[in-house]
Amino acid sequence: MAEKPTTAREMAQVETIIGRILQVGVIFSAVIMAIGLVMFLATGHSGYPGTTMPLTMGAILLGTWQLKPFAIMMLGVYCLILTPVLRVVVSIYAFYKEKDHLYVAITTTVLIILIIALVIGVYGK
Amino acid sequence: MGQTALIMLGVGIFAGIAGAILGIGGGMIITPILTLGMGLNIKYAIGASIIAVIATSSGSTIAYLRDNVLNLRVAMFLEIATTIGAIVGALLTGVLDPKYLYLLFGCLLVFSSWNMYRKLRRGQEVLQRVEPDKIATKLKLNGSYYDKAEMKDVDYQVENVPAGFSVMFGAGVASGLLGIGSGAFKVMAMDTFMKMPLKPSSSTSNLMMGVTAAASATVYFFNGSILPTIAVPMALGILVGAVLGSRIMQILPSRWIRIVFIPVLLYIGGQMLFKGLGVHF
Repeated sequence: MAEKPTTAREMAQVETIIGRILQVGVIFSAVIMAIGLVMFLATGHSGYPGTTMPLTMGAILLGTWQLKPFAIMMLGVYCLILTPVLRVVVSIYAFYKEKDHLYVAITTTVLIILIIALVIGVYGK
Repeated sequence: MGQTALIMLGVGIFAGIAGAILGIGGGMIITPILTLGMGLNIKYAIGASIIAVIATSSGSTIAYLRDNVLNLRVAMFLEIATTIGAIVGALLTGVLDPKYLYLLFGCLLVFSSWNMYRKLRRGQEVLQRVEPDKIATKLKLNGSYYDKAEMKDVDYQVENVPAGFSVMFGAGVASGLLGIGSGAFKVMAMDTFMKMPLKPSSSTSNLMMGVTAAASATVYFFNGSILPTIAVPMALGILVGAVLGSRIMQILPSRWIRIVFIPVLLYIGGQMLFKGLGVHF
């Protein structure tokens, strides 16, 4: 049990780092979504014909540049989807900093599976 | 238009609070409200609820990490199982009839509530003083959390790691297939199989749901299942609700959380079963 206090303190540090970064990511995506929503409600136009919406990364980025409300809203949603991924990436760094090599390996495995899922999402279906 | 946004914002706040406290994610609440309440196509409801799950997870995890409630190592290790399961589940959507999705969804919920009831009847939350589990020790999964209701540090040990890992894989498949965080499954895996206390189980489930959902969310994002007019105001509401819920949960006694959990699961599960059986009210 001698190593327990160190481990607990270590984990607290790891958790604090991850929590901070996650908070920044969440606020960032919330602000983008809110801007898009307010623009949509204020203008009453989505920026796209009928009920269509931008569905490729290129169309979303182009639409955001052109200040189209749906594009900005979709960009915000996409950023929100990425917050858990961000959390995993930061965890790898945090475990590495605490020299917990076992969990650097475990977390890296999770990240690789996640990337495979993201690739399936973009190119599959 | 503004009215829909306002309703979704309200629904989001409610789902965020409930999801953060119970560790079940907004999906369980969002999907029935959208399909049964607003008559939205199941495809869009699943798209919206998967975003709800991510919002609940990320919103509540900020507080759970800071206040040292969740178990990061347990989460990371089990995420291997849930992410693989989520990919399998997402690829099965479109192959299966929504009717079966409803039936499956309903059964899962009823089963979860029965499980919770058994736990409640056992009375006082017992902290099993078990022999240190070999796998758990090797993976450094044993932990402690600060319980604000009891105002003390609670140490706990983790066991049955392979069983928990298997249930987590199933939770991942359900998540990808149904657009839910399948948090009830995750809580069950940790609380029932791995003998973790309810609060770390619920908060760790919340953390994990985000990653599981992210694994399948991109599939839904690019196939047009996510309607910005629904998903955006709802996600904003959920973020606010989840931040509130993660604070409320910590001061609630575990027993109360269970008591709230059971009827919620049973009610939604029953409705989904009826829908799957083709009974309309």
